[in-house]
Amino acid sequence: MEAPDENKLAKRKKRNQFIAFGILKLLSYSIVAILVIILSFIIYKGIGVISWDFITQMPEEGMTKGGIYPAIIGTLCLVGGSMIFAFPIGVLAAIYMNEYVKDGIIKKIIKQMTNNLAGIPSIVFGLFGMSLFVNKLGFGDSILAGSLTLGLLALPVVIRTTEEALKAVDNTFRHASIGLGASKWETTSRVVLPIAFPNIITGLILSIGRVSGETAPILFTVAAYFLPKLPTSIFDQAMALPYHLYVISTSGTNIEESRPIAYGTALVLIIIVLIANLLANGLRKYFGNKVKMN
Amino acid sequence: MYKIESKNVDFFYGASQALKNINIAFKPNTVTALIGPSGCGKSTYLRLFNRMNDLIDNTKIGGQILIDGEDIYAKGVNVDSLRKKVGMVFQKPNPFPKTIFENVAYGLRVNGITDKKFIEERVETSIKQVVLWDEVKDKLKKSAFELSGGQQQRLCIARALAIQPSVILMDEPTSALDPISTAKVEELIYELKAKYTIVIVTHNMQQAGRVSDTTAFLYMGELIEYGNTKTIFTNPKIERTQNYITGRFG
Amino acid sequence: MKTFYKKFLEKFIEGLLMLSSTITTLTVVLIVFFLFKEGIGVFNKKPIEEGYVIAINKNNIVTKISSEQIKNIYDQKIKNWKEIGGKPDSIILFRLEDISNYYSDAAIGENFEGLPNCLSRLIDSVPNIIAFFPEKYLDKNFKGRQLEIDKVTLSEFFGGKEWFPTAQPAAQLGVMPLILGTLWVSLGAILLALPLGLAASVYMSEIASDKVRRIMKPLIELLAGIPSVVYGFFGLVIIVPLIQKTFNLPVGETALAGSIILGIMALPTIITISEDAMRNTPRAMKEASLALGASKWQTIYKVVIPYSISGITAGAILGIGRAIGETMAVLMVTGNAAVIPHSILEPVRTIPATIAAELGEAPNGGLHFQALFALGCILFLITLVINLTVEFISNRNKYNKH
Repeated sequence: MEAPDENKLAKRKKRNQFIAFGILKLLSYSIVAILVIILSFIIYKGIGVISWDFITQMPEEGMTKGGIYPAIIGTLCLVGGSMIFAFPIGVLAAIYMNEYVKDGIIKKIIKQMTNNLAGIPSIVFGLFGMSLFVNKLGFGDSILAGSLTLGLLALPVVIRTTEEALKAVDNTFRHASIGLGASKWETTSRVVLPIAFPNIITGLILSIGRVSGETAPILFTVAAYFLPKLPTSIFDQAMALPYHLYVISTSGTNIEESRPIAYGTALVLIIIVLIANLLANGLRKYFGNKVKMN
Repeated sequence: MYKIESKNVDFFYGASQALKNINIAFKPNTVTALIGPSGCGKSTYLRLFNRMNDLIDNTKIGGQILIDGEDIYAKGVNVDSLRKKVGMVFQKPNPFPKTIFENVAYGLRVNGITDKKFIEERVETSIKQVVLWDEVKDKLKKSAFELSGGQQQRLCIARALAIQPSVILMDEPTSALDPISTAKVEELIYELKAKYTIVIVTHNMQQAGRVSDTTAFLYMGELIEYGNTKTIFTNPKIERTQNYITGRFG
Repeated sequence: MKTFYKKFLEKFIEGLLMLSSTITTLTVVLIVFFLFKEGIGVFNKKPIEEGYVIAINKNNIVTKISSEQIKNIYDQKIKNWKEIGGKPDSIILFRLEDISNYYSDAAIGENFEGLPNCLSRLIDSVPNIIAFFPEKYLDKNFKGRQLEIDKVTLSEFFGGKEWFPTAQPAAQLGVMPLILGTLWVSLGAILLALPLGLAASVYMSEIASDKVRRIMKPLIELLAGIPSVVYGFFGLVIIVPLIQKTFNLPVGETALAGSIILGIMALPTIITISEDAMRNTPRAMKEASLALGASKWQTIYKVVIPYSISGITAGAILGIGRAIGETMAVLMVTGNAAVIPHSILEPVRTIPATIAAELGEAPNGGLHFQALFALGCILFLITLVINLTVEFISNRNKYNKH
């Protein structure tokens, strides 16, 4: 038996490829379509709701009217609180991992544990935060407990992005600095960190985006169902955007009437994520080009 | 009648010209060595014969390349069929993540052959052709990654032979091998000459001298000298060729 | 002096850095500690509400009873003592509110001061009775006998078919429906996400032009960035009604709705990891395939995909992991019925959704509370296994290719 007819075979291969590539392309674009549908639906339904009043007013009439001011403030507090905790520790940990510790068992353990932490579901963080911060340490349902819980969740993200940023710094910079008699910390703080800085900030922005949308970890550590006043200390409970959206779309006093508020809240959350992503991408591109030109 | 004819071939990567007006005619059943310093365009030139450069965006070819008298860059030429006719062996052994048997059968399968018996026979003859049969006949079902580097490279040659090409292109086929494996592959090239037209790119002057009948010396994208290997190595007409061959630059 | 100061500073900073890097390890250890301390407590507790007793006539030969049996008795599925090892007599149920059927208000007393005595006499006089009442009404000279109740056992916990932790008189703590619900929804999600994700990663790594890729990549990242509660909300207002209408169901909150939403959420994980794996296929290997006359498509499915199969597997497993651990979106769209699912068009309840929905109402430190922590332990162990599996796959892969 010899090979089948050359032309027929070629045609068949071409046809198969055409069909396969067509299907792949279709499926890929359908993913983009899903994203576009979700975004445009929420923007379409929410854009009419958002106004200056919406973001600066207290909720009214069983959360069917008024704004989402306390939820926005609550989320800002939580994001700020968690980053005050997670950002410095994450960056320091990444510096230690990338600049100081040598390959070996310790590095392996820390790496493994960081990976494990990253894989733990957010609801488990909620359980943990509740039993450690709320109960054991006695913080109660509070911004402090919520921020710490969210901070732990964000920690692996910060560590990973910082490590990548540090790895991207060419070793010649380090050697040059050490060759000039600089110590390890001088080299790290004056040479490595400034070069890695833009990428570290990109990681920070992405973790802010992630933290601001997390719901499960704050369910039992801070979130208030309805609290029409602003928190005055870190031991206060607070409302938060994602929990607010959950509440008014599933268990509010009047789900139908509060739908517009829900769309508006969803849109605010989406806007936060969009800004974080655009900012991160913009930074990456801007500094990426800059580094390449040098 | 020539097997391959290259007429006024130019080649561009974007705006930069990698090959300038190259004219060579390759006789059937000969081994031609392409030599020259790194970046002279010899690999690029080799990869024109099976249109491998098509894969790189933003490239352009000028002139004509004929194989068996047909312009392989003409409209309507089926590239897959061309590549069936023109086999290629790469710098590093690159077997597929498949069994030894499936590696050699691969070319047959993708070209629409389904007859089991036929495939088995062809795999066996091809592996025998590269003198690998005795070493692998008991582990045909094992992963090709288990072979040594030299064995892998011979397997890759068998893989190219299985679809019975008439031309074999070799891109520095021994650069990743130890001296003993290199000797085996060179011996093989010498034997394959009887059935195939072989074009080999090599960095190794001794190798070019040992295996090839004709040699082409390329420099900065231009063909400097082309002719009988013995003549080029003992009595080159052009000084630059002599300098390169004797190792005065390179 | 100056060098001493400098050296000290160096050491101090190094210590600080080391301390920071141990925080993640410490957190994991603490999570394990707190989770398991509470979670294991379940198996030290009796599944009956604290401060209550179950009593029978002193001549009854039954001595022990499980929570499932109690439930079946009170649901009147078990009606005869012989079904639980007693004499063949029908069971007479007694709840505290039934007391007025037997005694007058005067005998009970205005502040229930006569109640313990009444209960004692009643149980003594009715041989086939089973009574459930608070321990504080247990008479000092109680003439009946308290039934021993088994502690919650591992087999009851994992094999039990019913999750009803607030049931009276005995809590039902079978996690089977929750585990099955979780697997059901996650499996559905991965079945939807895998073909889509794989197609996208092949398209992006092998077919699309650089320009298309540069646009698609951030979009996929954006998909990963949308908060789960927004996905849940979208599912609630779009997918749930759609399913209800399409299949003509009484409610649209179903396993299918959960699978669709989780599938979308798992896409970025699958795409990013498999695309990375495919991009790592050596160029020379692809060229070898093309040089043998294979078409681009043949090269993709005969060489690129087999080469990157471990990366693709890792992506799929991590996608499942993401789906299993996801809480809010599932909580909002799956209907949360704690029954063993029979079809994807029924409501189900997953482990994370159960924790999220019930922890707020479970009294701190009680049986229900601890049971939810035990669910957290299960979740933790599942994700740990998934992480280690992925690591194992990628390590084995490294070894194979060099």
